[in-house]
Amino acid sequence: MKTLQKFGFGIFLTGLSLFCALIFLGQYQLTPEKFDKLITEKGIKSELFIANLNANVVNKTFSGPFDFSTKIIAALEEANTIHRKKREWSKVIWDKPHSFSYEVAKKAGIGSIVEHKGMFWLLTFGLGILGSLLYILPNVITLGPPGIKNNDIFFDSSTNRGFLGWFVFIFLVAFYVLLYFFPDYIVNWTYIVDPISKRLSGNLASQWFLYGFLYCVVMMVMAIRMYIKYRNNKYQILRTTSVLFFQIVFAFLIPEILVRFEKPWYDFKNAFPLDYDFFFSWNLNSLISSGGFGLFILVWGIVLTLVIVPVMVYFFGKRWYCSWVCGCGGLAETLGDPFRHLSNKSIGAWKLERWLVHGVLVFSLLMTGFTLYSYFSGASAVFGIKTQTLQNIYGFLIGSIFAGVIGTGFYPIFGNRVWCRFGCPLAAYLGLVQRFKSRFRITTNGGQCISCGNCSTYCEMGIDVRAYAQKGQNIVRSSCVGCGVCSAVCPRGVLKLENGPLANRTHLPNFPLGNTLDN
Amino acid sequence: MVTQPPIIIIGNGIAGITTARHIRKKSDVPILIISKESRYFFSRTALMYVYMGHLKWEHTQPYENHFWKKNRLDLLEETVTTINPALKTIGLSNGTELSYAKLVLATGSIPNKFGWPGENLKGVQGLYSKQDLENLESLSSSIKEAIVVGGGLIGIELAEMLHARGKKVTFLVREKSFWSNVLPLEDSQMINRHILSHGIELKLATNLIKIIEDENGRAKAILTEHGEMIPCQFVGLTAGVRPNIDFIKNTSIASKRGILVNKYLETNQADIYAIGDCAEQQEPVEGRRAIEAVWYTGRMMGETLAKTIVGEKTAYRPGHWFNSAKLFDIASQTYGWVAAHPDENESHFHWENREKNLGITIAFNKTTHEFLGINTFGLRMRHEIFDQILTEKRSVSHVIEHLNDCNFDPEFFTSYATQIVAKFNQEHDTNIRLKKKSWTRIFTNLITKE
Ligand SMILES: Cc1cc2nc3c(=O)[nH]c(=O)nc-3n(C[C@H](O)[C@H](O)[C@H](O)COP(=O)(O)OP(=O)(O)OC[C@H]3O[C@@H](n4cnc5c(N)ncnc54)[C@H](O)[C@@H]3O)c2cc1C
Ligand code: SF4
Repeated sequence: MKTLQKFGFGIFLTGLSLFCALIFLGQYQLTPEKFDKLITEKGIKSELFIANLNANVVNKTFSGPFDFSTKIIAALEEANTIHRKKREWSKVIWDKPHSFSYEVAKKAGIGSIVEHKGMFWLLTFGLGILGSLLYILPNVITLGPPGIKNNDIFFDSSTNRGFLGWFVFIFLVAFYVLLYFFPDYIVNWTYIVDPISKRLSGNLASQWFLYGFLYCVVMMVMAIRMYIKYRNNKYQILRTTSVLFFQIVFAFLIPEILVRFEKPWYDFKNAFPLDYDFFFSWNLNSLISSGGFGLFILVWGIVLTLVIVPVMVYFFGKRWYCSWVCGCGGLAETLGDPFRHLSNKSIGAWKLERWLVHGVLVFSLLMTGFTLYSYFSGASAVFGIKTQTLQNIYGFLIGSIFAGVIGTGFYPIFGNRVWCRFGCPLAAYLGLVQRFKSRFRITTNGGQCISCGNCSTYCEMGIDVRAYAQKGQNIVRSSCVGCGVCSAVCPRGVLKLENGPLANRTHLPNFPLGNTLDN
Repeated sequence: MVTQPPIIIIGNGIAGITTARHIRKKSDVPILIISKESRYFFSRTALMYVYMGHLKWEHTQPYENHFWKKNRLDLLEETVTTINPALKTIGLSNGTELSYAKLVLATGSIPNKFGWPGENLKGVQGLYSKQDLENLESLSSSIKEAIVVGGGLIGIELAEMLHARGKKVTFLVREKSFWSNVLPLEDSQMINRHILSHGIELKLATNLIKIIEDENGRAKAILTEHGEMIPCQFVGLTAGVRPNIDFIKNTSIASKRGILVNKYLETNQADIYAIGDCAEQQEPVEGRRAIEAVWYTGRMMGETLAKTIVGEKTAYRPGHWFNSAKLFDIASQTYGWVAAHPDENESHFHWENREKNLGITIAFNKTTHEFLGINTFGLRMRHEIFDQILTEKRSVSHVIEHLNDCNFDPEFFTSYATQIVAKFNQEHDTNIRLKKKSWTRIFTNLITKE
């Protein structure tokens, strides 16, 4: 069994290495026809840029994306500087340089990767999936009978901030940086999922399609790991199935299929303010211009945030969203599960959490207020602050750096819910409802707690569950996402997530049950 | 102005720390906690999880390090060697003398040894303290085969720990069945099967004769009473614990097995109290033992004594007995008393699902049908509700009828209540109908509490 697992790990690493190697491979050649097409599609009016490319890029063959991208970006920036100086605003190319370079590269790819997309898919995704399954499936036997399966977690270098943990950290951060800021370097990755994208939406894959697809694959594989690890716990199994379903169907398939029918790309479960650009003018315009269906989305989006979300939190707690539906939560609960114990439990971290997460909520609401004001009044700035600038800052700091690079990249260092705990404005909103008006609580079973600390250690949100349980108090915390793992790892069956009457929900007894102290 | 001598607490386990915390809630008196084992309070019950890699040491500490200073609880890492009740002073191993206003003895237990030949060899130890854990960890890489002697809760934990780290474990149990002095036979047999299913070599009704030494003074094998020689590199002695009171024996504080206390947890000496594992009740509350070496008892005594110390003299009156344990993968809970060997007035109802390792045993009075207690295995029950059932002296049929209210399993878990009720009806010729879970009932129970 162990050999099979090692073999599987080897295959996985091979797939992963090939996937990484893909970045450096491939050839790019911009033919005059392709270039002409690009000029018309993008409406490029800069003769400087066109001349530069014709001289330096067109009809030349480049190996690897770096040189190619450098040339394109240099040409773009050179042309833009001159046009700006001359105030020839219509000739300026406003796209972000690397996104622009991505679009050119996507058209210009030639050679074996582009010609054998399927084969390269198999060599990367295929080997990766096969290897992981070979590594994960034998756990049914190696982990022994169903039960709490946390042996060796703090001895393993990947799950205890060891060498492997830091390696995964660097890998994930690099991945997110490429994805968000250097899409032109990962064009090759998008090629290998082109065939799948074609089938779904009819379009070639963008880096976002690649990300969505990879997300689903990773979640699926890691969900299998969850099924095996928590096979003694039905709550975990159902919850994992639910997040997986919502990710694949709602976040991936439905939006792509909508695009096929020329409807706006929309993830029906992604609620504002997590979906922070829902009220951005480009989105509102696109929704309004796509007729009845667009309007339906608009109404749905508003009702989801204002009615469905709080009502569901009232009945079931924030968990219905964060641990059963949400995509970020879904990744955290599958890919992130091996790292859940790395969250910081100190009171200091709790303070920081409250400042940050509510700060982001306020920021997102302010930004949206500005956006809507601008949208209806036509003014581009409010109180002298440019709406666009606010949106850019939010998108960069919160949308990309916080949610992506830190949120997922830092799994192996700070645990799997960094974004959900410190950054997600929706979580902050759900949390307020959960704290003040919800039937949800984690019930502490009388005096049975032995203060062992497993619950606190494995709480991904850094809640010191034991601090409540050992006092015999129920746990009601705005940050609790109801993953149910405290209850699953408690060796004494002290904790139960449940929805019950509001009265006495946070009741704190003078002493845990067992003592008769009424002298 | 002379500074007021502090309340000194010897022992920073659950008993001592609970006392300190609850005194501090009500009063500002200076408090000094002395303990040699570790600077900060940790959860002894979590030792196993550190060895198995579930937790790091810091996770066993229920309070952050700044907690103590913030709450003005002074900590001293020293061994107390003498007590002078007449002068109200104690002496430390480094020669220092300290005065106390009141003295709380919360010194816990130490593992039993029975004079087995070889019990002090290298590679032979108990599992109680932080140092025991460190010892075991340092030996760990040289252990392939391990023996655990003594079939109680610490024994089965040690067996699980060694097994989790890939050691071949032989588990010697003196009784005919695991923990059979506490568990009724059917419950105990269920655990026997479970232990075996993990690949542990379980040897029932087997006494240790001696431990055999290798040329380096380390254990290399054991000899059992059946003449069997079992090679090993480690022997865990877990045949129970006894109060850790050797240094008190030569003082005027009265003791038998433990330090003798009255119901106010007072010793025979003024201003000296004893709580937790080391205390022995002169007149135990009905249905309770004189020495109860469990976590909950230490906590409850600590809560009680704190009241007395802040001026509300309070007798120790533990409520109904409850306990919990984890036996490899089977978590068990107990409410009330289920006798291992029931007398002629006590009847037992047992239900079991072998495939899933689930079971319950309910004890009740044969004639009055009063519910006496329940052991559950793999199923969780609500403490509050059983506490109330015991207080109100409800009948066994009341319990069976309300199993859905009592159940505390996580959401979506399969319910076995219907099966249990059917079996009960069939065996007792009754016609009890299971009631649906009612929040109102569960909840009213909770409210009547306070
Ligand atoms: C492995 C293990 C698992 C357990 N699991 C459970 C369980 O699941 N459930 C349960 O109910 N109970 C369990 N117990 C029992 C429970 O841990 C004890 O009952 C409880 O810890 C006793 O608390 P205490 O405060 O009385 O003493 P202790 O925790 O023993 O604390 C006493 C402290 O005093 C110190 N001390 C003693 N003498 C001196 C001195 N002269 N000078 C300075 N310091 C001194 C000792 O070093 C020690 O640190 C377990 C015990 C062990 C060992
Ligand atoms: S609630 Fe359970 S896991 Fe948490 S400290 Fe108490 S006994 Fe341990």
